[in-house]
Amino acid sequence: MLHELSVHAAAEMLRAGEISSVELTEAVLDRICAVDNEIKAYLTLLPEEALAQAAAADRHLAAARAAGNMAELSPLLGIPLAIKDVISVEGVRTTCGSQILENYIAPFHATAVEKLLAAGAVILGKTNTDEFAMGSSTENSAYFTTHNPWDLERVPGGSSGGSAAAVAADECLAALGTDTGGSVRQPASLCGIVGLKPTYGRVSRYGLIAYGSSLDQIGVLTKDVTDAALLLGTIAGHDPRDSTSMDLPVPDYTAALRTSNARLTSDAIPCTAHASHRTPSHPRPPRIGVPREYFIAGIQPEVETAVRAAIQVLADLGAEVHEISLPHTDLALPVYYLIAPAEASANLARYDGIRYGLSVPGDTLWEGYRRTRGQGFGPEVKRRIMLGAYALSAGYYDAYYLKAQQVRTLIRQDFEVALRQVDVIACPTSPTTAFRIGEKAADPLSMYLADIFTLSLNLAGLCGISVPCGFDAAGLPIGLQLMGGAFQEETLLAVAFAYEQATAWHRQKPALVASSPTE
Amino acid sequence: MPIYETIIGLEVHAQILTRSKMFCACSADYAGAAPNTHVCPVCMALPGSLPVINRAAVEKTILAGLALHCTIGPEAVFARKNYHYADLPKGYQISQYELPLCHDGWIEIEIPNETGNRVKRIGITRVHLEEDTGKLTHTGGASLVDLNRAGVPLLEIVTEPDMRSPEEAHAYLTMLQRILRYLGVSTADMEKGAMRCEANVSVRPVGQAQFGTKVEVKNLNSFRAVVQALEYEVARQIAVLESGGKVVQVTMGWDEAHGRTVVQRTKESADDYRYFPEPDLPPLVIEPAWVEALAARLPELPDAKTRRFVAELGLHPRDAALLAEDRGIAEYFEAVARESGDAKTAANWITGELFRLMNTATVEIAAVKITPAAFAALMRLVATGQINLNSAKRVFAIMFETGRSPDEIVQELGLAQVSDADVLAAAVAAVVARYPDEAAKYRGGKETLFNWFLGQVMRETRGKGNPAVVRELLAKALKG
Repeated sequence: MLHELSVHAAAEMLRAGEISSVELTEAVLDRICAVDNEIKAYLTLLPEEALAQAAAADRHLAAARAAGNMAELSPLLGIPLAIKDVISVEGVRTTCGSQILENYIAPFHATAVEKLLAAGAVILGKTNTDEFAMGSSTENSAYFTTHNPWDLERVPGGSSGGSAAAVAADECLAALGTDTGGSVRQPASLCGIVGLKPTYGRVSRYGLIAYGSSLDQIGVLTKDVTDAALLLGTIAGHDPRDSTSMDLPVPDYTAALRTSNARLTSDAIPCTAHASHRTPSHPRPPRIGVPREYFIAGIQPEVETAVRAAIQVLADLGAEVHEISLPHTDLALPVYYLIAPAEASANLARYDGIRYGLSVPGDTLWEGYRRTRGQGFGPEVKRRIMLGAYALSAGYYDAYYLKAQQVRTLIRQDFEVALRQVDVIACPTSPTTAFRIGEKAADPLSMYLADIFTLSLNLAGLCGISVPCGFDAAGLPIGLQLMGGAFQEETLLAVAFAYEQATAWHRQKPALVASSPTE
Repeated sequence: MPIYETIIGLEVHAQILTRSKMFCACSADYAGAAPNTHVCPVCMALPGSLPVINRAAVEKTILAGLALHCTIGPEAVFARKNYHYADLPKGYQISQYELPLCHDGWIEIEIPNETGNRVKRIGITRVHLEEDTGKLTHTGGASLVDLNRAGVPLLEIVTEPDMRSPEEAHAYLTMLQRILRYLGVSTADMEKGAMRCEANVSVRPVGQAQFGTKVEVKNLNSFRAVVQALEYEVARQIAVLESGGKVVQVTMGWDEAHGRTVVQRTKESADDYRYFPEPDLPPLVIEPAWVEALAARLPELPDAKTRRFVAELGLHPRDAALLAEDRGIAEYFEAVARESGDAKTAANWITGELFRLMNTATVEIAAVKITPAAFAALMRLVATGQINLNSAKRVFAIMFETGRSPDEIVQELGLAQVSDADVLAAAVAAVVARYPDEAAKYRGGKETLFNWFLGQVMRETRGKGNPAVVRELLAKALKG
């Protein structure tokens, strides 16, 4: 079944001439037709554009084959991907899951999309998201809720729930998402796939429609760790259009995997990581830190069991496991819900009905603003705009926004201290497996807790990955979260890859019965 | 009635002259362009666009800060100033709040008084960089938005409350305008909106230590408006206090048509801008080496230039100040002085003939067609007696008109001065012979007739006679 292929497996078959990109893309489009009625992963489908891109990729492949330079080809050439609908694709409706941008057509590509297209990737469509990426379930989408392929009664997680469900249901080979407080890792965990959030500044944010600018980062949702390395290598790098993107070389992330093997030896850790701590004559295995603050009351027992078992697997592979402390963990949630809404309150001010998007006229300028924004934004977006405006307002700034920034520094320092002792931190991605649709929708605070293990990493600006590490009794996937230092994606990927090689969780597929298309 | 003291602080916005806008590559030269033609995703605030700092705008701000004796950096932070308005596409303006690029400087102004000019130092609180808004046009029930101006870099210069009269405020603005123009930082043209001013004004009885309640006055679009609005507002506040009332902290607008200030906003309804550091732009670290390199680029400012023109070139202080006022004129003068080797005469020509012609033709110095070399060549023709001063002025006017060389014009008009004593002696003899009665009167003691004879000889030579030679020959001939 072609739609079930990983990116790297499909890339090999494309090069070998066993399949064409058009065949592959058609297979995935057929799959979407078969299952997306139930999954509802996509907000916008681009079948014609995708097939045209696939045909172009096939011509490129044929030309390279004739010229005998297949080695030069990008591994993403001809690979059908999905893009979260908060990332701009030129000429395509980009809604952010919001009514206010229902008819907005982006006039330019996000840099990450530009890089994917330059690599010859095929773009299938735009995936569902909580409105402006605010949420953990896709229930805040103004259009519909995406369903978890492992249990259609349950949420796929969020806000990149559309991308995660699309990957898990084989409705694309891989997808882009965005992660502001866990929005790539948490849905990856709930959908049983791999989700990588790169270091802040690793991937350009140009064209990513801002929610919390100091936290937002484009990430990848993939079927395995190798694919995550391939996609990251393509979209990462400095962009002069994003002043917060770092001007650092992009390593060959797949090389980090090739040096890794089933056992975690020192070879598994590329030299860039803590090079000063080691010399070639004193190799040592990677050190894994287990933060005690992440195994708390309220965590679903099966999640703790599975994650502890996964850490034991890493130990069995040769990693040194240390208990560590990230003492300000419990402050991450309140800090996040001051800083992200504060930034959002300004970022979303541009949706005023004057230049684009929904415009509801009023008798006065202010009445027009009130009506446009009143009708265009959903309740969670309004809640965060109000929270943020309040945290920034005169008389409250010091107590809320400024204090939150100070505590953010403490959280960042927690990680700096911990990552001097260990190479990678291991913990659960989400305290629970996928919850039922509607279960938390009425209670924002319990919804906010869904991201309790992922928020800190965004506040610290570091990189993290969620990889499948088991299932609960109901058969719902559990994710292991690995967190690494700034620009230490190679280390992270190497450890994740070693774990993946030693286990088979990532090969399990949801028993999704394809509904026959109605005639 | 107590005597009141006026306290004024000014906030000036000046558009910075850069090729592109503050945060995108759009051309900042939008004058005369069709609406919304100098726009892109960044300055239209399309979703997903991000700002990138214009280095030239930062450098020009630092230059202005250096000229105003400010401390630069060492770190500068951009901040979002949040408010909704139709001319502000992002719903926030990228400005600076807590860490401006430049702070704690001063400027010296000259205030004329009975004994000449008094120099006073005005403190500069801060100089920062921000972006301009778009422009709204209200027409028949609708408002049209033009975003060509949105994102053009703006300098904001805030003073301490150091001015004590509307005249001081005027002197400050004049000096600031001159400096900004000198630096090439801004055209600083108030009438064209390239420089805008807001004033904070309060009054207090002389001797009272604390300031009175201040009122902010906006919509000051000309130097005249600044002075008139301040005079009006000072009188209004004194009248309020004299009638036993209290000045209320408000924002006023200057109503030019009615010549009065009008309340725009009370303190209770004051905007809360919810400033916070701009997360899309990392803090700017201003390396000392960068500031030093910019300081080396700082041109000599008008005051220093005036002093040097007096001390080194021996100019009259009035001429020196006149020439130093405008950087283009000062540079032109120095070029002519260098080419001719005669600074004083060059100064006379420029402040006299050149300024007169420029005024009549309303031509800026940059458009003057006479090259410094041609200018000096003309001065040499006079100095060597090849043409007389009156001819030189005629030639100069033609040079101004056409940009042609003086030699060519002199030749064409046949103006070359005649110094040949034989030729001139014949003319002198002819004139003396023609007017025997006058010659007799002169010899009889009416010496004032000498100049009349001189004029007749000059007419005879059609103005080309060298006056010095003619004078000598005439004196000899009249003695008889």
